[in-house]
Amino acid sequence: MKGTQDHATLAEVFNRDEDRVDWHDGALWWIRQKRDRSANLTPQWEELREAASAIKSNVISNLHDYLLQFEDNLKKNGVKVYWAADAEEHNQIVYKILSDKNINQMVKSKSMLTEECHLNEYLADRGIDVINSDLGEYIQQIDNEPPSHIVLPCIHKKKEEIGELFHEHLGTEKGLSDPTLLTRVARNHLRNVFMTRRAALTGVNFAVAETGEYVVCTNEGNADMGAHLCEVQIASMGLEKIIPERKHLGVFLRLLARSAIGQPITIYSSHFRKPRPGQEMHLILVDKGRSELLARPDFRDSLKCIKCGSCMNTCPVYRKSGGLSYHNTISGPIGAILAPNLDMKKHADLPFASTLCGSCSNVCPVKIPIHEQLYKWRQVIVKEGYSASRKTFSMKAMALTLSSPEIYNTAGKTGRWILNHAPFAINNKFNPWYKQRDMPDSPEQSFGEWYSKNVKKS
Amino acid sequence: MKIGLFIPCYVNQLYPNAAIATLELLQKLGAEVSYPSKQTCCGQPMANSGYEHLTQSCNDLFIENFSGFDYVVAPSASCVLHIKDHLHSHADENAASEIRGKIYELVEFLTDILKIDTLDAYFPHKVGIHQSCHGLRGLHLAQMSELVAPDFSKPKQLLNMVKGLEITELDRVDECCGFGGLFCIAEEAVSVKMGKDRITDHTNHGAEYITSPDLSCLMHMEGILQRNNSKVKIIHIAEILNSSSIKV
Repeated sequence: MKGTQDHATLAEVFNRDEDRVDWHDGALWWIRQKRDRSANLTPQWEELREAASAIKSNVISNLHDYLLQFEDNLKKNGVKVYWAADAEEHNQIVYKILSDKNINQMVKSKSMLTEECHLNEYLADRGIDVINSDLGEYIQQIDNEPPSHIVLPCIHKKKEEIGELFHEHLGTEKGLSDPTLLTRVARNHLRNVFMTRRAALTGVNFAVAETGEYVVCTNEGNADMGAHLCEVQIASMGLEKIIPERKHLGVFLRLLARSAIGQPITIYSSHFRKPRPGQEMHLILVDKGRSELLARPDFRDSLKCIKCGSCMNTCPVYRKSGGLSYHNTISGPIGAILAPNLDMKKHADLPFASTLCGSCSNVCPVKIPIHEQLYKWRQVIVKEGYSASRKTFSMKAMALTLSSPEIYNTAGKTGRWILNHAPFAINNKFNPWYKQRDMPDSPEQSFGEWYSKNVKKS
Repeated sequence: MKIGLFIPCYVNQLYPNAAIATLELLQKLGAEVSYPSKQTCCGQPMANSGYEHLTQSCNDLFIENFSGFDYVVAPSASCVLHIKDHLHSHADENAASEIRGKIYELVEFLTDILKIDTLDAYFPHKVGIHQSCHGLRGLHLAQMSELVAPDFSKPKQLLNMVKGLEITELDRVDECCGFGGLFCIAEEAVSVKMGKDRITDHTNHGAEYITSPDLSCLMHMEGILQRNNSKVKIIHIAEILNSSSIKV
């Protein structure tokens, strides 16, 4: 992680290279457009979103029962079930499963949850080597950098930079940047990993309470490669991944890939249900702040998230600041409403990294009112005392000014006078507005003054 | 029909011409308009910064100023949305609720309440429309590009009544300009980049003017335009709709 700098600071650094910002913005906007085309070609798109949201409302309201039903069915299917309250417990469970079998190498397919838990680092410290098998995650792992996007982990990297990384770490020829060739290199490398790893860990997209099966969606088939070749299969899932019945997949699978990248469905939607003969299956249900979120009525709907990333692709602030400036595993608008629940002090800046434009809520396939939650988090963060005292002071001064027509009129008049007669007092380097923008022209009189002179009082 | 004219604080101080145009336009259309002189601000700058709890005195003042009208109309989508969503009162919640129900942004007031279908306005220029996010996604002044739904646009509906005016297109029809209230200060770099990119979209399509139902977005873009010595101007939609007096 890049230390404790806030979003605005990191975003300012990102913006020093305007060409890169344009490129990043354009790449993600292109995906947003693909999403739009795909949504427009899907009959009853808005009804699907509504249905998905309603199913998830039901899940959130009955989470306890669905989880127990899911656990029961998992056990019937021969899957070992674990409950982890936090990252530490989760990581301990994975370590125990592996060390009991004397396994010191594992292949992982993309799981944001294990990124959040910093599982790779935890296992590395204990002598277990983990390789991320999604291409984007793999690239990020080689570069020792967290993902900048939950679906497109290295979207902020140019192909030339990836070529350079491959040259450095995988011995490819210098200057190689053809995506097909680079992918081929990674594939060869990963093929060997899949063949030799005795353990594979995957995330979970949907956990079906009714059947005890879980569904993993990928485009690269890497979750399947890992799972099919291993003797120990582990799945880690957040408590909120439950859906009640298998038929509900018909709603979610239609929405997920279309929302994410404008693709009708992921290439692989793999259902895992019971271990093969001789294989072990383990599933870890992880809380890590979910129960706490469930207990916050204003914010519990964020548990509906299916991690499609569409809110990131549409967010102009995300596109123009880059995922890493959110200094959190899950970035963008959804990250900004999930993170404060986990550590309000550390993430107090994130709900403010938004113009509240509302585009995120409109693309969200499960209709989380993301921008309304951003607004509400701001209120909570200020009330809990995580706002700078300087800001509180100026807000109080503003509230005082605006509560009195007399003070307000005097302040307005003074402000306009300064703009007209002493602009240097405002047009200086201490004024962030003025850095790249001129101040508005200041009129001689306000509308109020004009009105009292020109409009007869009745 | 008695209309209380709500002129947001920064419009009052910095853009009186937009306010005058709003007043004249409503009067021209036969409305009885008055401007309660003790008004200040809707409280949004504090609320969006996380200090909604400091806005009660603004709310009380607003209710004091605007009770007793048939409608409250303002040339600012963002401030109207704030009142609609957040105006409350400890003393008289009924009065607050009544105002929340009868406050309109100027464009929607013209299309939905006055239901005008002609305008005596002339503005012979190429004009790009900036859909303010609060007007668009908050007040639904036009269809939102993210949704699968029939297209409509109330600002366009009105601008199409203006003689001589040509509406210019955009690549990104409803992208945010990056103003965002105090966001424009706290996140200066991203805010300015967003504004620059919006402007470029307009200028690429030949706009001479950028108009909007929200002056806050326009003020932000104007700052960037002026800094870069651009010939493109910003203009509040009320000034275009009231432009019949302009001599050609």
